[in-house]
Amino acid sequence: MPEITRVQELVYELEIEDVMSRDVITVSPQTSMLEVREILREHQISGVPVVKNGELVGILSIEDLIKALAEKTMHVSVEEKMTPNPVTLRADEPVIMALSYFDKYEFGRFPVVDGRGRLVGILTRGDIIHGLLRKLEIEYHEEEIRLYRARHIFEDVVSDRTSVVLRYDVLAHDFEHAGEASLNVKLVLTRLGASPLIVRRASTVAYEAEMNVIIHTDEGGEIIVEVQLGQIVIRAVDTGPGIPDVALALQPGFTTAPQWIREMGFGAGLGLANIQKWADEMRLESPLGKRTVLEAVIYLNRKDEQ
Amino acid sequence: MTLEELSRQLSLEVHAAVGKLGTEVTGGYVSDLLSRVMAQAQAGNVWVTLQGHHNIVAVAKLLDLAGVIITEGVTPDPTTLKKAEEQGIPILTTPLTAFTVVGRLFALGIRGTDS
Repeated sequence: MPEITRVQELVYELEIEDVMSRDVITVSPQTSMLEVREILREHQISGVPVVKNGELVGILSIEDLIKALAEKTMHVSVEEKMTPNPVTLRADEPVIMALSYFDKYEFGRFPVVDGRGRLVGILTRGDIIHGLLRKLEIEYHEEEIRLYRARHIFEDVVSDRTSVVLRYDVLAHDFEHAGEASLNVKLVLTRLGASPLIVRRASTVAYEAEMNVIIHTDEGGEIIVEVQLGQIVIRAVDTGPGIPDVALALQPGFTTAPQWIREMGFGAGLGLANIQKWADEMRLESPLGKRTVLEAVIYLNRKDEQ
Repeated sequence: MTLEELSRQLSLEVHAAVGKLGTEVTGGYVSDLLSRVMAQAQAGNVWVTLQGHHNIVAVAKLLDLAGVIITEGVTPDPTTLKKAEEQGIPILTTPLTAFTVVGRLFALGIRGTDS
């Protein structure tokens, strides 16, 4: 299934009145074709709705005008040359409706009417393109502002020590949701404006810590990520069973993971080594039978990562 | 080279995130050990593996990989494809072995993270 783009969503979300031109130039049925020629030329438009007593009665296009020129009937009134009862669009219909009309009828423009049939606007393909671009631009600006706010949280919030704390519950042996906490850590850090390398390092550390809780604990635990002014502290805290020999556990390749977990590509004994590789500091405390507290720190102010 | 060209050249079958095939591939990495991938693979890499379970999607997403090629005719789990679609990670399959896939990728100019 192809990816649905924002533009594709917008043509369903936006209504015709959001994109149509509202300042419609109209003519009356009694206007002469000579006058229409001047109106079209003056306003650089290629068609004009015909309105009688506020009601739409027809549409006159440049093709009708050319025909009249060829037939040398420019002196007659619009009434005789217009297309009566033109196909209209309603202002409250989605833009996708208009697109299908442009495909179905090969007209350059459609008069837009309200619920009571009164002319409220006119729509060309160009109006749709402009409307979509305008909306995309607004959304882009809103996103920029949101990003700006997130990135300046440490400047905008006044305290002696400001930090953002993210806490994620991780269930034991929950391979179904494995990695979700880390993916969220990644998203938040990106939003906060962390560099790609910092995001990479922090999400790798979070992922390995998360997998350790999933694979090795009895009752799961918590991943706590604290974003401080100059560093990110990632903690994995659980309530057991603890690690009998921490030094051994730190050796690359040492593992206690059962075969079925290893067959999935986990439990290769590299998790803690990976954390050590990507973090600037790592501490591991694990009183046997009680708990394991892993703490990894990533510095934000290293010169190569600004 | 984009993932799309690459998948055509290797006759890969595309299973998820068709809309993301235009991604430029920056290199390649092969391993079935997820921690190795987490340690080595780079953003934009294509990852060649035998693993078909859905945890490959989280790994690929965390690392911003271009996509995952699953080898030797392993069928990805339905949850893998569902998650891959959600996260926008292309999953491609082939009956070829990892050795052959990597050899062909190399011949197309795709390099490892260490070369």
